[in-house]
Formats: sequence, C-alpha cells, structure tokens
Amino acid sequence: MRRERVPIVVLVPAAIGAAFFILPLLGLIVRSPWGDAFTALTAPETVEALKLSLLASLSATAVGLVLGVPLAWMYARVEFPGRDWLRALTTLPMVLPPVVGGIALLLAFGRRGLFGSWLDSTFGITLPFTTAGVVMAETFVAMPFLILTVEAGLRSMDRRYEEAARALGASRWRVFTRVTLPLIGPSLFAGAVLCWARALGEFGATITFAGNFPGVTQTMPLAVYLLLETNQEASFILSLVLLLISLVVLVGLRDRWLGSA
Amino acid sequence: MLLAACGGTGGTASSSPTSSSLSGYINVFAAASLTASFNALGISFHQAHPGVGVNFNFAGTPTLLAQIEQGAPADVFASADTTNMGKLTADGYTAGTSKIFARNQLEIVVAPGNPKGIKRLADLAKSGVIYISEAPTVPAGKYSLQALASAGVKVTPKSLETSVTAVISKIELGEADAGIVYTTDIQAAGSKVQGVQIPAANNVIATYPIVAVKGTKYSDVANAFIDYVLSSTGQSTLETFGFLSAS
Repeated sequence: MRRERVPIVVLVPAAIGAAFFILPLLGLIVRSPWGDAFTALTAPETVEALKLSLLASLSATAVGLVLGVPLAWMYARVEFPGRDWLRALTTLPMVLPPVVGGIALLLAFGRRGLFGSWLDSTFGITLPFTTAGVVMAETFVAMPFLILTVEAGLRSMDRRYEEAARALGASRWRVFTRVTLPLIGPSLFAGAVLCWARALGEFGATITFAGNFPGVTQTMPLAVYLLLETNQEASFILSLVLLLISLVVLVGLRDRWLGSA
Repeated sequence: MLLAACGGTGGTASSSPTSSSLSGYINVFAAASLTASFNALGISFHQAHPGVGVNFNFAGTPTLLAQIEQGAPADVFASADTTNMGKLTADGYTAGTSKIFARNQLEIVVAPGNPKGIKRLADLAKSGVIYISEAPTVPAGKYSLQALASAGVKVTPKSLETSVTAVISKIELGEADAGIVYTTDIQAAGSKVQGVQIPAANNVIATYPIVAVKGTKYSDVANAFIDYVLSSTGQSTLETFGFLSAS
C-alpha cells in the first residue's frame, strides 16, 4: 500500500483528538503507586469485586445474545409497523444517563414496580440488592450495543447464500445456524464483546438499581468509586486493571475479527 | 443551583436591605444532608448581598473531599463530620481554621405508616426487614455503625449507599424498609417517609464544620458566607430545618 501524505488539516485535529484520550490514561498511569499494585490487586475486596464483575458482565452478555440477536434479526429482516420506534426504544439506554436507567428499572422491576410488585407477591422474588439485579442493570445498558452491531451485520450480509441453502432443502433453523450465524460471525462476536466491555464498566444503573454490597452487588466500578474516597491510589490501580482488560480485548478484536469484516 | 446577581435592571434596588459592596461568585461544596437548608441560606444570603452569586455542589462528604483535592474550584467546604475536615486541613487545602456551625442527630427512617413496625434499633435486625446503610466512608454510615454498636445490634445491611439521600430515596421507592439517616433528612423528605427516634443513650451527634478553601478568588465573599451561616439568622434557618444549634 502506498503511504499517503496526511494533510495538516486532518493531522492536527486527529492528534488533538488522540491526545484527548491518551492524556487521562497517562494521568492514571503516572499517579498510580506501582509499588502497592500487588497489595491492592490481591486485597480480598478487590478479588471479590473482580470476580463479581466478570460473572455479572459475562451473564449480561449471555442474556444479551439470547434476547438481542432475535431482536436484531427482527429489525433487519421483518417489516412491521413501528419498527423504527421499537429500535429507538431498545437502543435508548445508549444515550440515557445510566442513573435514570437505574431508576426506570426500579419503577418496573423494583419491589413496588409495575412488574416487580407482581414478582414479589406471586413468587417472593425481589431483584434489587441481588446479583441478578446487577446482571439486569448491566444488560439494560449494554445490550443495545449488541443489537445494533448484529443488525448491521445482518443487513450487510449476502442473502443469496441463505436462499441457496433454502433451495437445497435446508430447514429455516438449519439455514440460520449453519449459514446465517457463521456469515455474521464477526459482527456477532464484535457486538458481544462491545456489550461485555460496556457491562464491565457499568456504574450508574447498577448502583441505583442493585445497590452496593461487597460480594453481592459491588462490582469493580463501584469498588473503584468507593475507594476513590478512602484510598485514591488503590482506586487508580483498579481502574487501570479495568482499562487494561478492555484494551487487550478491543485491540485483539480489531485484528482478529473487525479487520476481516 | 445558581443565584446570580441581576443588578442593573433598575427599579428593584429599593427593596435591597443593605448597601453591601460584596461582589463575586463562590462555589460552596456542602454535604448532601445540607441540601435544603443551604439552598435556603443561599437565597437569603444573596438577598442580603445582591452582588454575589452562590453556587452549590452537594454530594457525600468524602466525594467533595476528593473533588477539592483534585483541584475542583471550591471556595467553601461544609463537611458532615470532623474527620473529613481534618483530612482536608492536614493536606493543606484550607484557609484558616474550620468552625462548627451545626449539629445533627440520627433517626431511623421508614416508610410512611411504619409497615414493618420498627420501634428501636434492635428491630433493624428482625428477619424480613430490609435494612440499608450508607457506606462506612460516608459520615452517616460511620455514625450508624456507632449507634448500632452502642445498642449492641448486629445487622448486615443489604446495600452500602453512597449518601444519605440515596438511602432515603430507596426507602421512598419502597425497595428497602429501614435505614439510619439524620433527623434533618427525614424532616426534608416530608410525608414520603417517617422517622423513628433513637434514644439519646445510643444516638450519635454529628458535628458540621465549615471552612474557606485555600486559593479562593473571593475570600471576602467566602468568609462573609461562613459568617452568615454562623450568625443568629443563619443558625435559626438551620434550626427550622431540624439541625441542633452549633453549641
């Protein structure tokens, strides 16, 4: 590939844009007490929060896949009245302040909520202050990323492969699992990872809907927030861990999947 | 909330009670439990000094401390405990010494009508009662632990919220049954919640210190605001919101 000379009107704002993201990261790296990193990372509260974060964010991604892929398929393949509105509604959490999302979840699924009061009176199930509540809050905020990515994948794929498989006598389910899913594999994977990364960093909806208790609902971002008030340096280290996990995943993704998409 | 000076429009100057020469804008960083009372104080302070603007930033005390230490433009810091004030002083961010301007006491907060029949601290440990607390880093959370310990009550909260306001709002929403907050918070929430008194023997009195922050551009305004809070007018305003007087 021939290396193109980058015009200065592009280069300067691009450099400022890059610096805007890199400087805060650098701030964290410079101010972190690296000598105490090991102690901070192996503290029981940290390990507990990290475990909970991984469990909840992976669960949220699983729920996102089960519910989000069919939604994306509907948006991409089915013409129905109000589709644009429904799509907007199911992707609203991307722009909604997460705390408002948390309150909305409470009003729907809380002990006095529209649906939650029925859950409580019929089954004795209450979701706030439980790990299930954390998963719900994370799914609410993160699933839209998966829906939109998968929908884009479905729209851009060549449907002739599906038609050919159908013509050769494959059932619709077989076509979906053997042709459609492999073809949208990269977007599916990218959507799932974006969803997971967003869920991992979720704070506002979680603390509002699920509360904050170590081992039950205190995920890494919540632990970081509280540490900020007692032990700033330790909270910097934990933030860097979150950053590093996401960075590795996003970079790995780009080469392996997005690059080929 | 910003109470900006709108002088220069003419015609309204006659109602101004003083000929104050103070001018400038100050940012007051105040504990979440001061929200209602400080908003009221801000309005009356602005009426007395039309040339000043008072901007409030309300949050849990440790959050405010972290914000100030990271360079947030605070002119006055009103803390809900002496520990956080001590930290700010020790780290060299204060101008002058802090002064106690109010005291507050704890009360149990429950839903209106007290559906779980909570009468004393020990009832918080009853099965079927969802008790939530403030995190121990928040002054109210620390005081709650002290009150529970003095009454010999062992109870694990379902959640450690980041401020008293978060605890109250979860009681209001019906997600939790009880929490321990300040008397003033229950009064401010009005009919949406109900208070259950804690006997003096187990109660903890919170003391609120106030100080000017080092490097403030309008130190005269900052000090005037502090004096106003400490004045008899300021003190009686605080009392109407349920605070105990400073001394």
